[in-house]
Amino acid sequence: MFRRIGNWIEDRTGIGELIGPVMSHLVPRGSAWLYVFGSATLFAFLLQVVTGIALSFVYVPSSSQAYESLKFITENSPLDHFLRSVHYFGATAMIVMVGLHMLRTFLFASYKYPREASWMSGTVLLFLTLAMGFTGQILRWDQTAIWSVVVGAQQAGYVPFIGPALARFMLAGESLGGQTLSQFFALHVFVFPVLITALLAPHLWMVIRNGISEPPKRGKPVDPTTYKEEYHQLLEKDGVPFWPDAAWRDVVFAVLMIVTIVGLAITLGPPHLVDAPNPTNLVTEPKPDFYLLWYFSVLALIPHAWTPYVIIGGPGIVFLVLFLLPLFARSGERHPLRRPWALGAVTVVIVGIGAFWSLATWEPWSPRYDAPPLSAQTIGNVSPEAQAGAVLFHDKGCIECHRIGNDGGFRGPNLTYVGNRLDARELTWRIANGGYNMPAFAKILSAKEMNDLVAFLETRKPALSATH
Amino acid sequence: MTDKPTSPTTEGSDPGRRRVLAGISVALGGFAALLVGVPVLGAVLKPMVQKEPRVWRKVGAVNDFKIGQTVAVSYENGGTKPWAGVTGRTSAYLRRDTSTAFTAFSVNCSHLGCPVRWEQSADLFMCPCHGGVYYSNGDVAAGPPPRPLAEYPVRVNNGDVEILTTPLPIDGRVPKAS
Repeated sequence: MFRRIGNWIEDRTGIGELIGPVMSHLVPRGSAWLYVFGSATLFAFLLQVVTGIALSFVYVPSSSQAYESLKFITENSPLDHFLRSVHYFGATAMIVMVGLHMLRTFLFASYKYPREASWMSGTVLLFLTLAMGFTGQILRWDQTAIWSVVVGAQQAGYVPFIGPALARFMLAGESLGGQTLSQFFALHVFVFPVLITALLAPHLWMVIRNGISEPPKRGKPVDPTTYKEEYHQLLEKDGVPFWPDAAWRDVVFAVLMIVTIVGLAITLGPPHLVDAPNPTNLVTEPKPDFYLLWYFSVLALIPHAWTPYVIIGGPGIVFLVLFLLPLFARSGERHPLRRPWALGAVTVVIVGIGAFWSLATWEPWSPRYDAPPLSAQTIGNVSPEAQAGAVLFHDKGCIECHRIGNDGGFRGPNLTYVGNRLDARELTWRIANGGYNMPAFAKILSAKEMNDLVAFLETRKPALSATH
Repeated sequence: MTDKPTSPTTEGSDPGRRRVLAGISVALGGFAALLVGVPVLGAVLKPMVQKEPRVWRKVGAVNDFKIGQTVAVSYENGGTKPWAGVTGRTSAYLRRDTSTAFTAFSVNCSHLGCPVRWEQSADLFMCPCHGGVYYSNGDVAAGPPPRPLAEYPVRVNNGDVEILTTPLPIDGRVPKAS
C-alpha cells in the first residue's frame, strides 16, 4: 500500500530522481570531522529560520512598542522566552560555525580550482550572516539598539560621496523615528534571509557539482589541467557514498550543536534587555554584540587620522581580499604546512582579533565617569595646596583617564608615581597643552587651580606610598 | 525524456523568427520588471533623499537656564510619526552664553555618533565609546573625533528658547535655517 503510494509520488514528481544522486554521490574518504562545519552552519541557519518565524508571531515591529513586546516575550511568556534564547544562541552558533567553516576551507585551500566560486559565494554569505547579526541586535530595540543604529549610520556616513545617503537609509529618515525599526525588521526578516537563501542554493549546488575537496596531501599541488580527472579517479577508486558514510558525522555534530544551543538557552536565557529605547537618555554606552566587539576596539585604537579610511576601507578591503583570493591563488599546494603565508595570516588574524577582543572587555580608552574621589589614604599627608589639587584631580576629570593607586581610568599614563618622572614645569606644560588624547587645560583651570594640581601631582612618588 | 525536440526546420521555427521571439520576450519581461521595479526601489530607498519638515521646538523659557551653564534638553523631531513613540524625540546640549544668546550642540560624537556626556566641573564633553573629548565650545579636545560637535540653530522667541529640528549631523554639516 505505502509502496504503491510511494511509487505514484515518485512517478509523478521524480523527487527521488532528484535527491537520489545527491545522497549517493561519492565523496573522498578521510573527509572526517573537520568537514562538518558547513553543514552545521546550514542547520544553524534553518534553526534561525524556524525560531525567527515563531518569534515573529509575538514580536511587534514598531518603534514605539517593540520593547514592550520583547519585555513580554522575555518576562511573561516562558515558551517565547525559550524561543528568544534559542534564536540568540542559534545566531551565536551560526557565526561561530561560519568562522570555523571558513577557517577549515582556508587552511585546506579548498577554495582553489575548481571551487573558486564556492568560496566567493561563501564570502558574500559571511558578510550577510554578519548583517543578520547586526540587524537582529537592532530588533532588540533597547537603549543599546537605538544607539547602535546611530553608530551604524554615522559609520556608513564615512563612505565617500554616498555616505550621508546611506546613513539616512539606515535611519530610515533624517533621524531615528517611526520607520527605523520597521525597516530593520524588513531587512532582518525578509531581505537578508532571501539573499542568503538565494546564495545558499548555488553554494550547495556547487558542492554536488565539484565535490567536496579531498583532504590535502603534502607535495600534491592543484593543477587545473589535471585536477578534475584525478579527483574522479580518486572517487572511483576510493570514494564512499555521501549518505550515510559521510553524512552521519554531519548529523551527529549538528545534533550536538542543537543540544548545546538548547542547553545554553535553558541555563543562560536570552540576552539581557537594557533600558527602554530613549534617544534623550544620554547616559548610555552602546556596544556591538560579541562578534563585532573587536572592531569597536580597532576604531578606538587606530591613529585618529586613519579613521575615515579604516572605518569603510577596512571591511571593504577584507571583503575584496577574501572574495578575490581564489582568483589569485587558484592552483598550487593545498596542505597548510606548505603554505607558510596562509598559516601566518591565520595566526595574525586570530591573535589580532583575540587581542582587540580582550581589550574591548575593559575599554581602557573610555573615560571612567564614575571614578570616586581619591581617598585620604591615597592622597597621604600633603600640603593644603596639594590637598586642593587632589580634589581638582577628581573634579576636573583627570581621574576619568588617569590612574592613581587603584582609582581612575586607563586612557592616559598612570600617574601614581608621576612626581618621579616630571617636575613642576613639565607637569604644568603638559596639563596646559594637553596632547594627542588629552585636552589642553590652559583655559579650563585658573592659575591657582593649576598650581594646586601640580603641587598634588609632584607629591606622587614611591617614597610617599611607602610611608602608609 | 528521450525524444528529441522536433527538428528546428519545422515551419515557423526558422532561426530568424526565434531570435525575434526571444528578443521580444526579453524586452517585454524587462519592461514589466522596470515598470514595477523602479517604483518599488524608489519606495524602499526614499529615506535616502526625503526631507523632513524643520520646525522650531520650544525647549524651555529663557529664565529656566543659567548663564554659563550647559544642560541637556529634549524635543520632538521635525517629521515625527505618531507611532515613533519616544524614538521620535531627540536631544541637544544647550548653553546660555549671555542673557539673550544660546548655543545648541548636537549630542552625537562626530566620530561615531555615540551620545557625549557634559561634565560640568571639568568643563568638557566626553564620549563613552572611544574616549573622544570636546571643549565647552564644541571643539575637539582629544581622541578620535574628526570634527567639532555640530551646532544646531537656536533662537529666543517671546521669552522661550527654541531649537530648529535638524537631521542627525552625519557628516557634521547642519543645513541652515531657511
